[in-house]
Amino acid sequence: MKLVTDTGIVFTRELRPVLREPFSLAIALAQPVVFLGLFGPLVYGSTGESLQWFVPGVLVMLGMFGTSATGANLLFELQTGAHERMLVTPLARPALLLGRALKELFPLLVQAVLIVLLTVPFGFRPSPVGAPVALLILGVFGVGLGALSYALALAVRKQEWMFWVVQQSLLYPLMITAGMMLPLSTAPGWLRAISHANPLTYVVEAERALFAGDLALRPLLTGGAAAALTALIGLTLGIRAMRNSAT
Amino acid sequence: MIRTRNLRRDFAVKGGPPVEAVRGVDLDVGRGELVAFLGPNGAGKSTTLRMLTTLLPPSAGSAEVAGHDVTADPAGVRRRIGYIGQGNSAGHHQRVRDELVTQGRCHGLSTVEARRRTDELVADFDLSSFADRGVGTLSGGQRRRLDVAMGLVHRPELLFLDEPSSGLDPHHRANLWEHIVRQRERDGTTIFMTTHYLDEADTMAERVIVIDHGRVIADDTAPVLKARLAGDRITLTFADPLDAKRAASLSASPPGPAVDGSTVEYRVPDGPARLPALLRELCDAGIDVVTAAVSRPTLDDVFLALTGRSLREESR
Repeated sequence: MKLVTDTGIVFTRELRPVLREPFSLAIALAQPVVFLGLFGPLVYGSTGESLQWFVPGVLVMLGMFGTSATGANLLFELQTGAHERMLVTPLARPALLLGRALKELFPLLVQAVLIVLLTVPFGFRPSPVGAPVALLILGVFGVGLGALSYALALAVRKQEWMFWVVQQSLLYPLMITAGMMLPLSTAPGWLRAISHANPLTYVVEAERALFAGDLALRPLLTGGAAAALTALIGLTLGIRAMRNSAT
Repeated sequence: MIRTRNLRRDFAVKGGPPVEAVRGVDLDVGRGELVAFLGPNGAGKSTTLRMLTTLLPPSAGSAEVAGHDVTADPAGVRRRIGYIGQGNSAGHHQRVRDELVTQGRCHGLSTVEARRRTDELVADFDLSSFADRGVGTLSGGQRRRLDVAMGLVHRPELLFLDEPSSGLDPHHRANLWEHIVRQRERDGTTIFMTTHYLDEADTMAERVIVIDHGRVIADDTAPVLKARLAGDRITLTFADPLDAKRAASLSASPPGPAVDGSTVEYRVPDGPARLPALLRELCDAGIDVVTAAVSRPTLDDVFLALTGRSLREESR
């Protein structure tokens, strides 16, 4: 019970600056909108059909940009003393990580809904049954990636520059090999092998299937499992790192 | 309030023997005391403070803080202590009032209680003019006042202050202390602080503990430490160096005079009482004294006598 209350306290604290500056959420949409507006038509010609393939990928990309960078906020609070002060309160240690990671849901889902609403006039047709499930999977994945980002921040807190090195050098290979922006149908075998090993591939496939209203079990289960696994690993590593974050 | 026995902390070093940062510290601080904890950089001061505030587990020994063992019941300790670290407690992107409420919630106050307490602190610490602003927009003095207010949200029995006024100008330091002293008078808070400003330790603290090389090397009130370790300084000047040398060699003069040109300096336990007799002796010996001055020792003199280093050099 205390864990739930404490997680709520941390969650609320993290959410407040976002709610105080809601416009910051819209600014973060600039990049995906550019991708959607220029990259999509460039690669796939006409809009309607290409959006159906492209929008789910952009939603995952959006989730990855935001959540994988969130550790930088913690890194900053590790420097200023704000984190240390939280450590000397009776807050349950896992709550310090859980509250932060769960807060990632909010900007992620708000932005995803905005993108969907923005693309519907241009011919994107999200399935009313599949879309909520797709957003749920995206949310679980985002919480996991956010937790991993915090774990990374805590792991490299004595060499802060390492944070961006690791984040950047993982982010793009993961995104490309997941077939997020470009289909991998013409890719050589080795690239496709990497793609199969990338959990993100399954999340992207599930998003595409669900938004299209394809409720087949396979993409739903593999995508859901990849997201859940990411969340499980992220939260486990994150909570462990948080417990040792004072020294 | 604080009781440690043989408190130790080692740090592993790659390819070498472990560094013993704290090597068996015994501390006893009673309820309501205001103690200054001093030491040069690397003396074990911060490490000790981090162990007492549950940020760092001890390697050996025991520490009971506010009635709870730091190892067995760190949550119990955290409930009862306030901690104001060297950095800034409030998040850069947060608003002042929000952070005070959050801090109250972290310490188990209900939202209503936390809001009420926040209003109180905003009034007590003169935060009202910037209470709804972002923390990132505050000046250093404002931010430090907020830090102290946050540390007192839950009316802790025991308050740890780590370099509370470092980086503040004298006006803001005085202002900060006014607030701390008022809170202490109202709640009877025990205060354990580290500081680089020895005059601050001198005027505010009732007791001074000095740590060096991981061990406590002095523990007493500032006047006792000064009298015992540093003594008063009598400075006499003479018409010429020859007189100074004769005065220094006078057998009746206090031991260990330091001659510098036509100036002679003595270290004595009770300067004001010793000076008239000394002048009489010099007069009897036919040596003319041009000027005579007594200066009381500062804590820095104590520090120098104890560690061979001046804390003032360290901090600047």
